Amino acid sequence: MGHEPIRSLELRGITKRFPGILACDHIDLSIGEHSVRALVGENGAGKTTLMNILMGLYQPDEGQILINGEEIRFRSPNDAFDHGIGMVHQHFMLVQNMTVVENVALGMKSSHRPFRLDEAAVRKRILEVSEKHELPVNPDALVWQLSVGEQQRVELVKTLCLGARFLILDEPTSALTPQETDELIELLEKMSGELSIVFISHKLHEVKALSDTVSILRRGRIVFEGRTENHSPAELAALMTGHEVELPRVDSTVVDRSDARGLLSIRELRVRGDRGNLALDGVTLDIAAGEIVGLAGVSGNGQRELAEALNGLRKPESGSITLDGVEMAGSTARRIIDEGMGYIPEDRNTEGIVPSFSVRENLVLKDVGEKAWSSGGFLRLRQIAKNATDLRDRFDIRCPSTDTAAGSLSGGNIQKVILARELARGPKALVSVYPTRGLDMGAEEFIHKQLLARRSEGVAILLISEELEEIMNLSDRIAVIYKGKILRIVPGKSATKRSLGLLMAGVSDE
Amino acid sequence: MNKSMKLAYNTAIVVAAAAAAMIIGAIVFAAVGADIGKAYTVILTEPLKDMMGITEIVVRAIPLSLIALGIAIAFRSGILNIGAEGQMLIGILASSATAIALPDMPKIIIVPLAVLAGAAGGALWGGLAGFLKARLGVNEILSTVMLNYIAAQFYTFLLRGPLMDPEELVTGSGTPQTVRIPRQAWLDRIIPGTRLHTGVFIALALAVLVFFLLWRTSVGFRMRAAGAEAKAARYAGIHVERYLILAMLLSGAFAGMAGAVEILGVHRRAIEGVSGGYGFTGIVVALFGGLHPAGIVPASLFFGLLLLGADMTQRLADVPANMVLVLQGAIIMAIVSARQFMNNPYVQDKVARTLLRWFGKPEPPAPPGSIEACPDPSDAPSPCLADDPEALAKLQAQAAVGSGEGTDTTEAQR
Repeated sequence: MGHEPIRSLELRGITKRFPGILACDHIDLSIGEHSVRALVGENGAGKTTLMNILMGLYQPDEGQILINGEEIRFRSPNDAFDHGIGMVHQHFMLVQNMTVVENVALGMKSSHRPFRLDEAAVRKRILEVSEKHELPVNPDALVWQLSVGEQQRVELVKTLCLGARFLILDEPTSALTPQETDELIELLEKMSGELSIVFISHKLHEVKALSDTVSILRRGRIVFEGRTENHSPAELAALMTGHEVELPRVDSTVVDRSDARGLLSIRELRVRGDRGNLALDGVTLDIAAGEIVGLAGVSGNGQRELAEALNGLRKPESGSITLDGVEMAGSTARRIIDEGMGYIPEDRNTEGIVPSFSVRENLVLKDVGEKAWSSGGFLRLRQIAKNATDLRDRFDIRCPSTDTAAGSLSGGNIQKVILARELARGPKALVSVYPTRGLDMGAEEFIHKQLLARRSEGVAILLISEELEEIMNLSDRIAVIYKGKILRIVPGKSATKRSLGLLMAGVSDE
Repeated sequence: MNKSMKLAYNTAIVVAAAAAAMIIGAIVFAAVGADIGKAYTVILTEPLKDMMGITEIVVRAIPLSLIALGIAIAFRSGILNIGAEGQMLIGILASSATAIALPDMPKIIIVPLAVLAGAAGGALWGGLAGFLKARLGVNEILSTVMLNYIAAQFYTFLLRGPLMDPEELVTGSGTPQTVRIPRQAWLDRIIPGTRLHTGVFIALALAVLVFFLLWRTSVGFRMRAAGAEAKAARYAGIHVERYLILAMLLSGAFAGMAGAVEILGVHRRAIEGVSGGYGFTGIVVALFGGLHPAGIVPASLFFGLLLLGADMTQRLADVPANMVLVLQGAIIMAIVSARQFMNNPYVQDKVARTLLRWFGKPEPPAPPGSIEACPDPSDAPSPCLADDPEALAKLQAQAAVGSGEGTDTTEAQR
C-alpha cells in the first residue's frame, strides 16, 4: 500500500493483440470515485482481457493507465493491489479446506510474522470490514462448508481486507441463485457509496439494477457508453450483440398429453447423493413427446442426481424410469444412450466434452463405434471430418478448424458442440442441465431456438435451470423441486417469478 | 500463431530445455572432477564411431522402445504405469520357461510362442494393477511399484531355485541363471559380429501398430477419451473401467514382450540384472517421445545412445556411469519445466513480451476482426475470419511476429 486512494482511473487507448485476434482495440474508459460502471459485452468481446490488463496480469501493447491523472504501469497483480485495485473473479480464488481467516491471511502480508501467523489481527480486520459493509461472514468457517453465496461474500471481504478501494467484479452472479443475486446487488449498491465498482456482466437486468453508467464492448471496441437509466435492456442487448435480440418463447397450446405416461416417464424415483443422503425422494414426472418441462429449483436440491439417474450415471435406489415404454432405471449409460436419450450435462468442460480432443472427435464421442464412424474397428476419418464440417455449419460453431481442441473454444461454442452432437443423434428425449449458464445472449438465443425446434419435432425435453426467465420462456409446464421432492407442477403460462421463487424456497401453500 | 510459428516456438523451448539439462550435467561432471568436454564428446559421439557402437545403441533401444510404447498406451488411457520393470521380469520368466519347456518345436512356432508368452506374463502383471484400479480404486502408482518388488523377488527366487541351471550347481560357479534357451527359439542376429537381432523389426512393427491402435481405431479412441477426461468419457457411455484394464493389460504385455525379446535376442537365457532399469528409463523415453510412437522410436535411440555412452564414459573419460543417470534426471526435469512454457498462456505472453523487447520489430497492423469475436454474419463488415482460412492464415502470419501462443488466446480471453 502506501499509495494515495484512487479518485479517478482512466484507461487511454489500451490495445492488446493476441495472434490473429485484436482483443482490445484502443479502449478509452474513465471511472470516477463512488460510481458503479457496468462493462457488458458478449463472450470474447474483450472484457476479461481488459480487466486482466488493469490487474497487471497482461501488459497492454499500447495505451496507458492513469490513476489520479498520473500514468502508472502494473507489472504484476501485486502492483495493482498496492494501488487499491481488487478483483473478484468469476471462479472463486479460495482454498477450499482452509478457514475464512486463513484464506484472507494468505494475501495479507502484514499478518505474516517470521514463524507464525497473526490470526488475531486478521480476524479483527475481517470483523471490521464485515461490519462496515454489512457482509456477515463467520471467520472460522471452512470454505467448503459455505454455500456459493457465502463464498462470494468471503471473496468480497477478502478483497476489501486487502485494502481494495476499487473493485472489479467479473460476472459475480453467474453462480448465484436468484435470491443470492438480489442480495448481492443490494449489497453492492450500499458499498458503492464508499468504493468504485466495475461490474462485468451480460445479464442486463442486473446491469440495470446496479450500475450508474454502462460501457458496451463489442469485438474489442467500446461501441457505446451512457447512463444506464436512459436505456432499456432491449436497447443494451441490441448494442451488445449488434442486432436485435429477442429470446424465443414457447407456444404451449399444442402439446398432446393423451398418453397417461409421458414419452419420458419417471415414477417414484429415489436416488442417493454422494454423501449417502436421499437426494431424490420419490420423484414422479411425465414428459410428453413435444413437451418441455422446466425443473426449477435452487441448485443442490436433487437436480444433479436426477439428471445423472436419468442418464445411467447414478444407480437409483428404487423407482422406475421409462423412455418410450422401455424401462431404464439402473441401466448402463451406454444402453440409455442407445435407447435415444440426449444429455446436455451441467459441467460442459469436463462432462460434456473431452477438452483436449478436437471438435470433430468430440462430435462423435458417443457414437464412435457406430457403422457411420468406424468399420471393422477402424475409424472412418473422412466421414468423421465431414460430419464435423456439416455440424459446424448447421450449428454455427465458430472454430478456426474442426481439428481445434474443443477445450480452447469459448463457452458458447463448446455448448454448441455438445448441442450439435446430442441433437444430431436424433434423440427421443433430452435432459438439458443449465444449458445457457455463463453464456451471452447471442448464444442463449441460439440454444433456446434449438430446444424449441426439437420440441416441435416431438422430443421430450427436461430443462433443468436456475434461471427463472429461461424456464418461464421455454417450458410448457414447470415443476419445482425442493429437497428431493417435486413440490408442485404448474402450467408455464400461469407461473410468475414470485410464485416460483416462493416454491423454490420450499413455501408450498400460498 | 500459425502452425509453423508454434512449432518453432516449441522447438526453441525444447532446445533451451536440452541446453539447460546439459549445463546441469556439466556441473555434475565438473563436481566429480571429470573433463566436461571430453565426457560429452564420449557420451554423444563415441558410440557412433563404428558399426559395433551403432548396433549396440539399437540393441538397447529395442526394449526401451517396446516398454515406452506400452507406457504410452497406459498414460494415454489415464493410468500411470510405473511397473514396467516388474512386468518385464514376469515376461522374461514366462517366455524363457516356454522356450525351455518346448525344445523340439520348429522355429516358426516357438519364436512367436515364446514372445507371446512373454506378452502374456507382462499382461498378467500389468492387468493385475489395472484390475485393482478399476474395481477397487487402488492407486496404480502404489500397486505397480509394489508389484515391481514382488516380481523382482519372485524372479530372484526362481533363478536361484526351481529354474536354476542344474549344471551350475554341479559343475559351475552357482551363477543364478536358467539353462540356455534352445537354439530354435533364438531371435536371429542380423549383422554378423554384432548383437543386433530381429527384435528390432518387432519393435518397429509394434510402433506402427500402437499408432494405428490409438489414433485409427474406435477402441483407441475410447481409450484416449477415457484417459483425457474420464468424466466426459463416462458421460458419453464409455466403460472407462473396462478400458483402464485393457490399457494396463496392453501396457504390461509390451513390457513383457520387451523382456522376451531381450532374452531371446541378446542373452539367450534368463539372468539376473537383465532388466537393467529399462522399465524406468522406458518411462522417460515415453515422456520424452511425447507419448507418441513417432517420438518414442527416436527417443529410444537417443536414450540407447545415452546408456551406451554412459558405459563408455566410465572407461574413456573416467566418469562413473551413474553420473550419466544424473544427466538423465536433469533431462526429465528440463522436459517437465519446458511443458510449463509450452502450455501456460500467461508464461507465453511474458516470453513473447521479453523477446519483443530484445528483438523488437514493428508491431503488425491491427487485424480488422478476430477468431473469437467473429460476430453474426449479418453484423460483419468484413468476412468472418474463422470461415475464411486464407485471410486467417494471412493475419496469423502478420500477427505471429514474435508474439505469444495461438490456440490459448481463446482461453485467455474467457
